[in-house]
Amino acid sequence: MGGYLIVIEQTDGQMRRVSREVISTAKALGGGDVTAVAFGPGARSLAEEAGRHGATRLIAAEGERFSHYSSDGFAEALAAIIKGEEPDVVLYPATSWGKDLSPRVSGLTGAGLVTDCTALVRDGDDVLATRPVYAGKAFTRVRVTGRPAMFSLRPNVQPVTETGAGPASVVEPDLGEAGAAPMARVSGVERGQSDTLELTEASVIVSGGRGMKSGDNFRILDELAAELGAAVGSSRPVADEGWVPHSYHVGQTGKVVSPDLYIAVGISGAIQHVAGISGSKYIVAINNDAEAPIFKVANYGIVGDLFQVVPALTEALRQHKQNA
Amino acid sequence: MQIAVLIKEVPDTATRIQVKPDGSGIVTDGIKWVMNPYDEFALEEALQIRDREGGEVVLVSFGSARVDDVLRQGLAMGADRAVRVSDDGLAGVGVDHLAVAKILAEALRRESWDLIWCGKQAVDDDAAQVGPLVAVHLGLPQAMVVLACHIDAAGRRLSVRRELEGAEEIVELPMPAVLGAQRGLNTPRYPTLPNIMKAKRKPLETIGVADLGLDADTLRAMCRVRVEQFFAPPGRPEGRILTGDPAEAARELVRLLHTEAHII
Ligand SMILES: Cc1cc2nc3c(=O)[nH]c(=O)nc-3n(C[C@H](O)[C@H](O)[C@H](O)COP(=O)(O)OP(=O)(O)OC[C@H]3O[C@@H](n4cnc5c(N)ncnc54)[C@H](O)[C@@H]3O)c2cc1C
Ligand SMILES: Nc1ncnc2c1ncn2[C@@H]1O[C@H](COP(=O)(O)O)[C@@H](O)[C@H]1O
Repeated sequence: MGGYLIVIEQTDGQMRRVSREVISTAKALGGGDVTAVAFGPGARSLAEEAGRHGATRLIAAEGERFSHYSSDGFAEALAAIIKGEEPDVVLYPATSWGKDLSPRVSGLTGAGLVTDCTALVRDGDDVLATRPVYAGKAFTRVRVTGRPAMFSLRPNVQPVTETGAGPASVVEPDLGEAGAAPMARVSGVERGQSDTLELTEASVIVSGGRGMKSGDNFRILDELAAELGAAVGSSRPVADEGWVPHSYHVGQTGKVVSPDLYIAVGISGAIQHVAGISGSKYIVAINNDAEAPIFKVANYGIVGDLFQVVPALTEALRQHKQNA
Repeated sequence: MQIAVLIKEVPDTATRIQVKPDGSGIVTDGIKWVMNPYDEFALEEALQIRDREGGEVVLVSFGSARVDDVLRQGLAMGADRAVRVSDDGLAGVGVDHLAVAKILAEALRRESWDLIWCGKQAVDDDAAQVGPLVAVHLGLPQAMVVLACHIDAAGRRLSVRRELEGAEEIVELPMPAVLGAQRGLNTPRYPTLPNIMKAKRKPLETIGVADLGLDADTLRAMCRVRVEQFFAPPGRPEGRILTGDPAEAARELVRLLHTEAHII
């Protein structure tokens, strides 16, 4: 059949933003029809949204066996769908979910997978991927031989576009026994604080380092973040100290982020930290040491005491909004 | 409890990565090679489980003789023995993750395991593929990005907490299983001097892919992913650094973010 198969991440009919990015990317690459596939309760209800971004069909696998995620169960079902559909290209989100599922599908189908790509381009019949390695200290251009070629896309990098088309037509897959006897099964999900934004998906991030001096002082970063609608992150030592949760830790051994704006506050700019933020469009550094390496990668910087600069910045943003 | 830990060596994270002028790879001169940080968490967890439940911790790696240093370090941390599958004779094959996982799976298949631990990803290629691929090859379930692992040894069941974006999920799975360690799982121990001495006498077996019934042609035939070029990241423009009165600098920054960067 050819074309694209887009593996959608969704919960109860809520499509993750990155999946809109992935459908839009397939549409932009062109050269084949775009079919989306979604698992679990609410999958059918995505027809309109999938259609709007460029999918013509939506394979909705809603049965009881998909009510709880299973890496092996979902992978078997997806392998069966791929066998039936024979797509040229399969695209996943490079989220925890997509990273868990996609290599299993690669193993089951023998199809090549390139994870966490930041760009895809057409090269004749092939799709070529750009992917960072060493957390962004270098990049690679990668080709997949054989079909399908599978890629997962890093969130927050590709634009979301709309085609103005109507809803995708909904197809129910005939899966036989595929995925009916899962081994590993999710029994529960605990959401973090609902008001904290996820770092890998945030378009603005405010991050604090050892210069913050204590966990309590992160309050001034929270205030700045609230003014910007930003997520809050940190350097590694700050998470290790327990000033903030481990999930805040940005860098080569933490989260690799690609926001439009990254504000590093009291962070020196160690190579492991910088690796994790180099995909940011704009980097702002606030540090009282003019020689701090973070200024070498910053688009804008303020040399000064963060305990004065951060509140001043929050205030300046507030005034800017009032005047706008 | 028989526990295998998959160990990869990677450049120290403090390494400045330089791309070769012809784009064929990175410059490896002077690189300090270390155990992949996530594999350290995997090993520490395996050691704690063994110390609690009894059994053996075995390191398994695919790579060149250089990896032996890292395996010795793992033995010094407390692993019982190590197996390295040598990459001799595979120069030019350009093994991808499918092939690496096949090699590791065949090496693992020579014994029986209750748990196979790996890192959630290797900090060189950042692929996060080998663990799930090994699991598929061996027909085992998996849980990756593991923050905590509860073992019901009698019931042969695991209950694992794994990290998602802004959330955590609990995965229930049977043993044997493949588990991928995430930072936060534990604090890896340092090898003590007596243990470093002891590690020198621990068994470190080297085998070839031929011993696993594999050869270069078979592996080449299963590879699907080809890295065609390495290149340096795009450079960042010279920054605009503001000094002086904090309130004024802050106002100027907001102005620049608005009028120049157009992001607020
Ligand atoms: C294997 C390994 C992996 C690692 N991975 C990571 C990683 O993924 N992410 C990561 O972040 N780190 C990582 N690190 C740690 C890294 O090497 C650095 O130690 C760390 O990033 C430094 O954190 P920091 O910038 O918060 O602290 P510091 O280096 O101590 O910097 C604090 C900064 O705050 C400034 N400051 C102090 N007071 C003020 C003030 N009042 N106003 C303004 N500025 C002030 C100082 O000038 C200084 O520049 C890793 C290390 C190793 C060995
Ligand atoms: N050559 C190898 N030898 C042993 N283990 C490996 C090898 N490559 C990858 N692994 C394991 O698989 C994990 C994930 O690696 P990767 O898929 O390369 O990100 C690593 O943390 C290791 O535990």
